[in-house]
Amino acid sequence: MTHARSGPKPAVATAEGRRVKAGLADRDGFLAWVMLLPSVVYIVALVGIPFLLAIAFAFSDVTTGDPSFDFVGFRNFDEIFADGVFWRALRNTLVFTLVSMVLIVLFGKILANILVADFRGKWFVRFLVLLPWTTPVALSTISWLWFLDSIYSPVDWVLRHLGLIDANIVWLGQPGTAMGSVIAVQTWRLTPLAAVIVMAGLVAIPRDIDEAARIDGAGFWRRMFEVTVPLTLPVIAVAGLFGAIMTFTDMTVPYVLTRGGPTHSTDVLASWAYFRGIEGGDVGQGAAIALFLFPLLLAGAIAILRTVRRWEAQ
Amino acid sequence: MTTDVVALRRKYARRHVAARCGVYGAAILAALVCALPFLWSVVSAFKQNQDLYNPESNPFFFNKPATPDHVTFLFTDTPFLTFVVNTLIVGAAVVLVTLVLALPAAYSLARLDRPWGTPMGIAIFMVYLVPPSLLFLSLTRVVVALHLEDSLWSMIVVYPTITIPVSVWLLIGFLKAVPKDVEEQAMVDGYSRLGAFLRIVLPLVFPGIVAVVVFSFTLTSSEFVYALAFVSASPEMVVSTGVPTQLVRGDVFFWQSLQASTVITAVPIAFLFNLFLDRFVTGFTMGAVKT
Repeated sequence: MTHARSGPKPAVATAEGRRVKAGLADRDGFLAWVMLLPSVVYIVALVGIPFLLAIAFAFSDVTTGDPSFDFVGFRNFDEIFADGVFWRALRNTLVFTLVSMVLIVLFGKILANILVADFRGKWFVRFLVLLPWTTPVALSTISWLWFLDSIYSPVDWVLRHLGLIDANIVWLGQPGTAMGSVIAVQTWRLTPLAAVIVMAGLVAIPRDIDEAARIDGAGFWRRMFEVTVPLTLPVIAVAGLFGAIMTFTDMTVPYVLTRGGPTHSTDVLASWAYFRGIEGGDVGQGAAIALFLFPLLLAGAIAILRTVRRWEAQ
Repeated sequence: MTTDVVALRRKYARRHVAARCGVYGAAILAALVCALPFLWSVVSAFKQNQDLYNPESNPFFFNKPATPDHVTFLFTDTPFLTFVVNTLIVGAAVVLVTLVLALPAAYSLARLDRPWGTPMGIAIFMVYLVPPSLLFLSLTRVVVALHLEDSLWSMIVVYPTITIPVSVWLLIGFLKAVPKDVEEQAMVDGYSRLGAFLRIVLPLVFPGIVAVVVFSFTLTSSEFVYALAFVSASPEMVVSTGVPTQLVRGDVFFWQSLQASTVITAVPIAFLFNLFLDRFVTGFTMGAVKT
């Protein structure tokens, strides 16, 4: 069996002998399927089918009180389109995602550069830097709820004592600052992930390229923008897409921090779907809202696919 | 001549010192920005009410003597420990299911050279992009139909949908790093293909397995949407939903206890993750580059 593996098409070359001699545990084609099948079946059952079900719900009148399925066509969509909150949530989602993504990539790149440098106490710094990402989102966000408290906020305390503000800014009580807070917390918690991904790219840069640039007299900034950034661009793109996708589909930060308020100014599609579908009990409408997450996700997925393809080609 | 060299040397030495200062400055700033909230959490957790609920008191120091009362309260008077135990149970079970399903799948995709290997690998990775916020409504129905609502089992059954795709991706990278000769030699020695995988290859990718365990556990403990939608009974809640919903009574937040619970949960996970960060970083590039 072993000699067959080095040939280009082992299965065809020795198919006859294989059938006679090899036990099931030795047949690559059979094994490949058997080993993959459990995962595929599991994913189809708990991702594929629920996904189709979600689409079906969007066209139904299912509610938590009345779970019987009746087809209602586009009624759910008509209703959510007529509701101003949906459009607000859609716009909020786009703002939330775009701004967070740009900030996450920017800070993630800077952080990655710091983390690959050599310095003493690096282990401890890495530990501190990882904290925002490894902490369960709901917990770190509830801590932030205190840091942005209208009366006792430590952030305001610092700003007051630096003389930057006279009275507390009610961060979560005004539409603009509430959105700013949600974006800041999201950026704070996802930047370490982006940094780890970019680090993977930085580590993979061959040392001699950097050294050659150094010998040729290129300074820090020149090496950064003419060597490091172009070479790690695919990884930076992946970090950005991860940040975008995780922000686009996230409802935890707005849910815990502002519950979508004040007056829906921080409601995003995911949180609005939750409020409608679970707390409001209208599963059909909730599903219809959540479905709007899909087209942009698909675009993100295709973008990742292309990046991966380009890597393969290299 | 010599003065030139000396001057040049001095210039580079100065530049070196400046660069070192820059690195340390940047590192300290990064650590502060990321961890300052946790410092506030630690300090607040031990503050007396009069100290905490005073807008003028310094958030960095104790203005009244520190008290452990609120941390004790967290352990004795709230279901926090139950949440921790539940999180550990769910985490362990999910990690186990993930490994049992993802390891063979990754091996199949990385090593058994089927023509559908690469597209299938990418397809599985894409599943990771289908978010809980899109599926939770229909999965809640599925969970109810299986009579798993308000039970830890709901999370154990559903969470691997999040962990398996990433784990397969990471494991493919680690498996491809094992030289093919190793298996071929094992098969010459009389192992079957399956035997070679179980006895020879698995021990070699142990570092990868550890990385996957840590990563899956981190994802599981952070998950919020499913846990919120599936479980509404306090004894079956995990930390990520239990703390924000049960440590708040109406408008009354047990702030010190909340802050303590955040730190107590955050530190061990970050510590573990930091231990395996390098492996995770290499795994990510290998999976991506060599697929």
